[in-house]
Amino acid sequence: MYVKRMKRSNQRVAVVGAGMTKFVRRAQETSKELSWEAAHLALASCDLTLDDIDAVVIGTAPDAFDGVHMKSEYLSDSCGGWGKPVIRGYVGGGTGVFAAIQGWYHVASGLFDTVLVVCEEKMSSCQPHPQAAFLTIFDHTTERPLKPNLLWIFALEMNAYMHRYGLSKRDIATVSVKNKRNAALHPAALLGDPDITVEDVLDSPVLAWPVQRLDVSPVTDGAVALVISASHVARRVTDKPVWIEGVGWNLDTAYWTNRDLSYPVYVEEAARMAYDMAGITEPRKEIHIAEPYDPFDYKELHHLEGLMLFDKGEAPKAAADGVTQRDGDLPVCPSGGLLGVGNPIAAAGLMKVGEIFWQLRGEAGARQVPGNPRRGLAQAWGDLMQVGTVIVMGV
Amino acid sequence: MEELVYDSVYLRREDFEERPDSTQEPVLFETWDPNAQYAWDAGVAIGRYLQDLKAGRLIGRHCPECDRVLIPPRMFCESCFCATDHWVPLEDTGTVLTFSRCYVTWDMVYLEDPMMPAVIEIDGAAPGMGIMHLLGDVDPDALEIGMRVEAVWKPPTDRTGAITDIAYFRPLEPAEE
Repeated sequence: MYVKRMKRSNQRVAVVGAGMTKFVRRAQETSKELSWEAAHLALASCDLTLDDIDAVVIGTAPDAFDGVHMKSEYLSDSCGGWGKPVIRGYVGGGTGVFAAIQGWYHVASGLFDTVLVVCEEKMSSCQPHPQAAFLTIFDHTTERPLKPNLLWIFALEMNAYMHRYGLSKRDIATVSVKNKRNAALHPAALLGDPDITVEDVLDSPVLAWPVQRLDVSPVTDGAVALVISASHVARRVTDKPVWIEGVGWNLDTAYWTNRDLSYPVYVEEAARMAYDMAGITEPRKEIHIAEPYDPFDYKELHHLEGLMLFDKGEAPKAAADGVTQRDGDLPVCPSGGLLGVGNPIAAAGLMKVGEIFWQLRGEAGARQVPGNPRRGLAQAWGDLMQVGTVIVMGV
Repeated sequence: MEELVYDSVYLRREDFEERPDSTQEPVLFETWDPNAQYAWDAGVAIGRYLQDLKAGRLIGRHCPECDRVLIPPRMFCESCFCATDHWVPLEDTGTVLTFSRCYVTWDMVYLEDPMMPAVIEIDGAAPGMGIMHLLGDVDPDALEIGMRVEAVWKPPTDRTGAITDIAYFRPLEPAEE
């Protein structure tokens, strides 16, 4: 359990550039081509070239998606890694935000001035369904003989959450509607839909009750990249640096059937670490915009509670009351999230960090949150329902 | 942001299909059976767990520091980070902590009769100590969190020392409680 007071680095670190590909169901580009596009766009966004990059962080989820072992080495050229210090981080679905955290500590440590962070996922290659890549996350002796699939753990967790707080499917479906509507204004989104309704979600096919098709984010291909710099470089590169003020990550036990699945305590621990580093004592007042991880609609609510932005069991009511709408008191997933923009696993997490960057710079175009938000957070989640990764950024 | 547009085509649905009029494989498609075979050691704790499953019993391990009885059993307590100290026989009954009705396989083939996975808190273990298993002999729509269930064991001659030696868990009749 996190109890330590965070030490702060003397080296201030900022995100100075970001780029992303379109998120699509099946990209014509290979995973290398997608990675290069995102990296190229991120560098171009801050007028830097690869010569300005001291080290590269690559985030990409299971090798099995591409059928290429040690995928980050395979991707390294397209991520700008040739002849540079390169590292791959991998914490399942939490990878996208964790890669940004790794970029932060590369710079905060004083080792590097400018780091390129590239996250890529091409899920469509894996046939007949990329869920195959997840079948081996279960214990080989005590679980796999029961023939589990990935949907089970989400369904089991969602049911535990609904039961604990007496929630209905309707309470939760509002999240899917909000995010798919938000994504309709995102130029890179796969599943934006301005007209979707709660009834559409409730009428969609049941996959693993209580999970229905429109409760789930889609299989997606895409890539996202960020440029992260030390303060002396950041101030030279841009007049709108977005400072990384706090980071946190935390892992729960892998004995997942021994946990209380109704509350993500590991997200709370990760958030406490990040808030502590950022000097945040009242997150509900000090966080203006949030991009929690939403691979399933209930997960957004679950994570908002873990992030202590709402009381336990209260996030659904806030969502129903419009608090989390783009023009609400706490805009949540103004990008459209994984449910709307799409879920290329590692890239989806980094997209959330990119969204906070664009929102805080006032560059989010039609999806810009009103009121000049000055501080936001992005959060991702993964491994065997057990990791929380949190980043707090401000201007 | 700059938009990159290429003069090339996306894969289409027909690119994935066999073409009876051609000896050509579907475009860019490779079927690969990885020669990935694993001989897993059951280990000390799960080895004993499997032996007991074969004998029709559930068993846990006790932690001397937090006093929890752990299932699945392990030789160390992940919370106290100390060695567990002895075996504790458990009941083969328990309480449904959460469940699902799953209508699809991993590759999205629809199932007429849903699989009913659950996390079942085992009687005699510490509170919240559940295992994943399947529910059966029950109307899928009658499932409830908090439902009391019992293991349905395979006949002794069919048991192999595996978690599947329990065929499934079914509701306990109220009279039996």
